[in-house]
Amino acid sequence: MITFLFYLIFLLVFVVVAVYIERKTAAFIQNRLGPMVVGPKGILQSIADLLKMLQKEDVRANAVDKIPFLMAPLIIFSAIFAGYAVLPLNEKTPGAELNTGLFFLLAIVSLDVLGMLMAGWASNNKYSLYGAMRSVAQIVSYEIPLGLSVLCVVIISGTLDLQKMSFLQQGNGFFGWNIMQHPILIIPFVIFFVCGLAESNRTPFDLPESESELIGGYHTEYSGFRWGIFMLSEYGMMLLLCILGAVLFFGGWTSPLPNIGSFKLFDLTSGYIWDTFWLLAKASLLVFIQMWVRWTLPRLRVDQLMSLSWKYLTPLSILLLFFCAFWKFWMIN
Amino acid sequence: MRYFSNISIAVKTTLKGMALAINYFFDARKKRKKEWLNDDNYFEKAEGTFTIQYPKESIPVPDHGRYQLHNEINDCIVCDKCAKICPVDCIDIEPVRSPEVFGQTSDGTPLRVHAAKFDIDMAKCCFCGLCTVVCPTECLTMTKEYDFTTTNILDHNFSFSKMSDSEIAEKKKEFEDYQAAKAKPKEALPAVGKKPLGKPMAKPIMKKGAKPLIKPKISSPESKSESEQGPPTKPAMKPVLKPNIKPVIKPKISSPESKSESEQGPPTKPAMKPVLKPNIKPLIKPKISSPESKSEPEQGPPAKQVIKPVIKPPERPDSLGEGTKSSENTPQRKVNKPIIKPRIPKKN
Repeated sequence: MITFLFYLIFLLVFVVVAVYIERKTAAFIQNRLGPMVVGPKGILQSIADLLKMLQKEDVRANAVDKIPFLMAPLIIFSAIFAGYAVLPLNEKTPGAELNTGLFFLLAIVSLDVLGMLMAGWASNNKYSLYGAMRSVAQIVSYEIPLGLSVLCVVIISGTLDLQKMSFLQQGNGFFGWNIMQHPILIIPFVIFFVCGLAESNRTPFDLPESESELIGGYHTEYSGFRWGIFMLSEYGMMLLLCILGAVLFFGGWTSPLPNIGSFKLFDLTSGYIWDTFWLLAKASLLVFIQMWVRWTLPRLRVDQLMSLSWKYLTPLSILLLFFCAFWKFWMIN
Repeated sequence: MRYFSNISIAVKTTLKGMALAINYFFDARKKRKKEWLNDDNYFEKAEGTFTIQYPKESIPVPDHGRYQLHNEINDCIVCDKCAKICPVDCIDIEPVRSPEVFGQTSDGTPLRVHAAKFDIDMAKCCFCGLCTVVCPTECLTMTKEYDFTTTNILDHNFSFSKMSDSEIAEKKKEFEDYQAAKAKPKEALPAVGKKPLGKPMAKPIMKKGAKPLIKPKISSPESKSESEQGPPTKPAMKPVLKPNIKPVIKPKISSPESKSESEQGPPTKPAMKPVLKPNIKPLIKPKISSPESKSEPEQGPPAKQVIKPVIKPPERPDSLGEGTKSSENTPQRKVNKPIIKPRIPKKN
């Protein structure tokens, strides 16, 4: 319950900050300054945008299919936010203690496809429908390599409980992390990260939203607060997958600093607050990498998107699953 | 094995692109400094943010760029040349003649016409700069002010006249009375009266101002250089209107850019050569000496032939604003003289 409340509030703050940082990152990569006017260095820009968005009219076109149209943003957000239920926060606050936590997370998060399809279909707008169809095709395709890469970690850890997985990685600073203990997991991490980009509809996999051709895709017809929920969901998905990545590969809430001789850095930097900080810091770093990727790489074509998933990532992750099983068999036991 | 080469290409290009992007990200700590457009490496700066936050900061512009017009009304002799040459008719002048000289511009030209109205509509202005080139007293200049956006288009009409309605009415009345008084004793008037009267009557207002200008210049304000120049100016008068007009036009083209002019000068010159030479030479010396230093005087002797004359006229507008100093302006007057006189005969 505490993790749920914490993540809800943190997510709201995160979105405001992340939008600002994203715009600044984009600007710096493009030799611009980004928002500079509202507040010092434009730091209040996203708050101003938020206030403006909340005041906007909730437009509902006559031709929309009302019930799914109104339900869609809620379904998307609740599906994504339900994923946060099983994330641990620190040593003492594990989140929902399910034996099948990771499985639950992947299952419930993939429900957001339903919401996107509802939004696109109910909008009664061909571009929205295009966006929704692309989104569904993309997310369903990338669920497979995503699930397989997560399965690599599950095989090696031997548990689906994210809190137990974090305890397993509690060692001497970053030497205890899965990715350090089991270097074979580096490639699954890359696959996981790429699939995470696709799952959260971010560049270079933002075909469902492609702002230039589909004018936002499935959320074209939404305005005001409902549109804000879509935005919140997108950033929520980013953060969820980044926290999950941090837990699976980078030691979760454990401190990255090792004990060096009598220099007990690891012990010094462990504790509730430190643990929470480390988890969120790792996740934020991954979010920054997502932004960095977004402003570097161009969008894939639909056929490239599908061939990347089905011809490259899926076979590779199956192969790695096989290797991870051997790794577990030979190296650990 | 296209499959594996695809993978390696994808990995390599992605890594390269990511490295490039993060370099730009960190380069954003640097910021481009304010630089002049004619700095050597202006277009080679590739690092750091390039945004100029306009209202807060701006790129420096030359003091006399082609921007908003300004008329120093105290120096304006209301000759109407600017209004006539304006291709878009954005200058609206209403002159009120005065029976006598009522003042002097800062370069010593007598004032004989009041500017009841001197409006420049910057909304119509095409920023060609022709008006500043023809202005004989250099009172009309282009300033560095380019941000004069308004919400009302009428605010783009800049009014430079300082006269109030009552003053205008008074001056008009004064002149009408004078004319009426002059008409009655026509026969009786002695020769003394005619000189001043006759000229003002004629359409071109300029005549009055122009003739007097010649005498005072040589004798009163400046001493040595002018007296030497004096003789050359006389020959200038002989050549009819054509020579004068040409020089005016050319300067326009070359005027805005300072440095490039010298280079462009030679090609344009050939046309000018035949007419101008006598007039221009005297003018050149003073100008060159003041703004630019060593190199030009050396070139002077060879240049006398043709080149120098061309260059100087364009520079005048620029120098005007900086100083209405008498020394620099005097040479220009001489130029004006020839221009004015020839025109009048034509019109008449």
